[in-house]
Amino acid sequence: MKREGNDIVFQVVNYIIFGIFALICVYPFYYIVINTISANDLVDKGKIVFFPRGIHFSNYVDMLQRNGIARSAVVSVLRTVLGTGLSVLGASYMAFCFTKQKMWAKKFWYRFVVVTMYFSAGMIPVYLNIKMLGLLDTFWVYIIPGMFPVYNMILVKTFMESIPPSLEESAEIDGAGFLTRYFRIALPLSLPIIATVALFSMVGQWNSFMDTLLYIRDYNLYTLQYILYEYLNESESLAQMAQEGMDMSNAAQNMTPTSMRLTITVIVTLPIMLVYPFMQRYFVEGIMIGAVKG
Amino acid sequence: MEESVKAKSLHKKSKREGYMIFLYALPTIIFVFIFSYLPLRGWIYSIYNYQPGLPISECEFVGMKYFTKLFSNPVMRMNLFNSLRNTFAMVGLGILTSPLPMIFAIFLSEMRSKGFKKFVQTVTTMPHFISWIIMYSLVFSMLNVNNGFVNTLLVQMGVIEEPVNFLASQKHVWITMKGYELWKELGWSAIVYLAAIAGIDQELYEAAMVDGANRLQRIWHITVPGMIETFFVLLIMSLGNFLNTGMEQYYVFQNAMNKDYIQVLDLYVYNIGIGNGQISYATAIGIMKSLVAVIMFGFVNWLSKTVRGYSMF
Repeated sequence: MKREGNDIVFQVVNYIIFGIFALICVYPFYYIVINTISANDLVDKGKIVFFPRGIHFSNYVDMLQRNGIARSAVVSVLRTVLGTGLSVLGASYMAFCFTKQKMWAKKFWYRFVVVTMYFSAGMIPVYLNIKMLGLLDTFWVYIIPGMFPVYNMILVKTFMESIPPSLEESAEIDGAGFLTRYFRIALPLSLPIIATVALFSMVGQWNSFMDTLLYIRDYNLYTLQYILYEYLNESESLAQMAQEGMDMSNAAQNMTPTSMRLTITVIVTLPIMLVYPFMQRYFVEGIMIGAVKG
Repeated sequence: MEESVKAKSLHKKSKREGYMIFLYALPTIIFVFIFSYLPLRGWIYSIYNYQPGLPISECEFVGMKYFTKLFSNPVMRMNLFNSLRNTFAMVGLGILTSPLPMIFAIFLSEMRSKGFKKFVQTVTTMPHFISWIIMYSLVFSMLNVNNGFVNTLLVQMGVIEEPVNFLASQKHVWITMKGYELWKELGWSAIVYLAAIAGIDQELYEAAMVDGANRLQRIWHITVPGMIETFFVLLIMSLGNFLNTGMEQYYVFQNAMNKDYIQVLDLYVYNIGIGNGQISYATAIGIMKSLVAVIMFGFVNWLSKTVRGYSMF
């Protein structure tokens, strides 16, 4: 009986602690969402805490019409779609090549490639290299440097090695060439891991910020993440100005620095939130293969 | 005689096939060379007085000047040591908090309700997928001095009279930075341990229960041993990677007030290289960082070979 009592206490405490942690994880997201659809003057005073008040959606309409937001959304979507597609093809093609035991000096070349995960020439030399290649201030700097991601290649290769070799051998006897075997057999059979890798690189592309910061000056090529960063800095200074005695008696629907910042945050976060439920079952597999391979 | 000719031609054929496959792989290898090896050429800028825009042949050769000056010039030395101190502080906190994902996984897996477990896992993993920019925006919404959630709440409850500017404070910078990181990554890092727990034979628990082991004893003698190897592998790997804190997190959170404590090595390289245009200094620091990283990886690999019997990479 005593043990059962202990057990109940344990379970209750456990539930409470995890419940609080879950709340801390969810609440900031909830907070920004309700604050973008509430009356902006209340928001500015920090009055919206648990429920939205004076619901309106004009912030989103305003924000999406604002110069630069729609354009940078296009840049973000394009780089995500194109970058993910090409890097998945690149990683899986490279992986397919390295599953071939017969490749000349395979061990050496595999190490040659894998070792690049563990050293980097450093930020400045990489920057100068990108500059030398003429990628500075072009859209392609988002796509090309990440076309053959080594870590993803290792994940795909590990998966491909578990495919029975007899499938490929019989295709080879039927006269299928190297590329045919890649496109018709190895690629379709690796779809589960391809999905994982694609999700990783999608998130990476969408969230990427450093490359814009380092390589892009042309504001036509700014991504949503970068625009958000600019708004964060700007609204900080705007907020400071407001504090120094600016008249802030705005109507409920007039944009304030706070509502601008919050609205664009939601716009940038939303795509991730929308795909997240679908990716959950894929990423566990990716982590496991990654952990085993180290 | 005929046999050996046949074998020879077979050998020849397979050799040719090997070359063919290599040719198929060659474009990818060249690509890796261009984007990962070619930048090493840029190390040369550390021994020249590099002026952006000038070809290297017209720059003044200065030898090891930048390397020695990093240590002999008091200001440079102080900045370098400062950023090293910050990096090591973050590493130290990282080691201290490294058992947390394991503990998280153990207690989560002890939970009875499958639905609640799933819910907790879903919402705690989610922050891993947002960028540090969004993260900063969330933190700013919670903590800013004008209308942040925490300040509003504390003022209303009468805990504080004036709002506190948490984000521009230079107190506890390391701990708050580690805290943000934990909030973002704890659920994600726990996944690998949850999978390890799922792989433990259930019969072990049943047998232990028959023998009268209580919950803590079962955790300590069955669950923990089942994932301790994963724990050490991940810990060792993070040690091998210790200088690569990345700079995104520190970049978005840095401001004039907390700069002394937030500037880790990666951010320092950015700030002096891109921010101040001191290309040669930044390259010199980058080179030393890369060399230390290679040595650390060699060491970690050796450690893994001696302790676990196989190489890490």
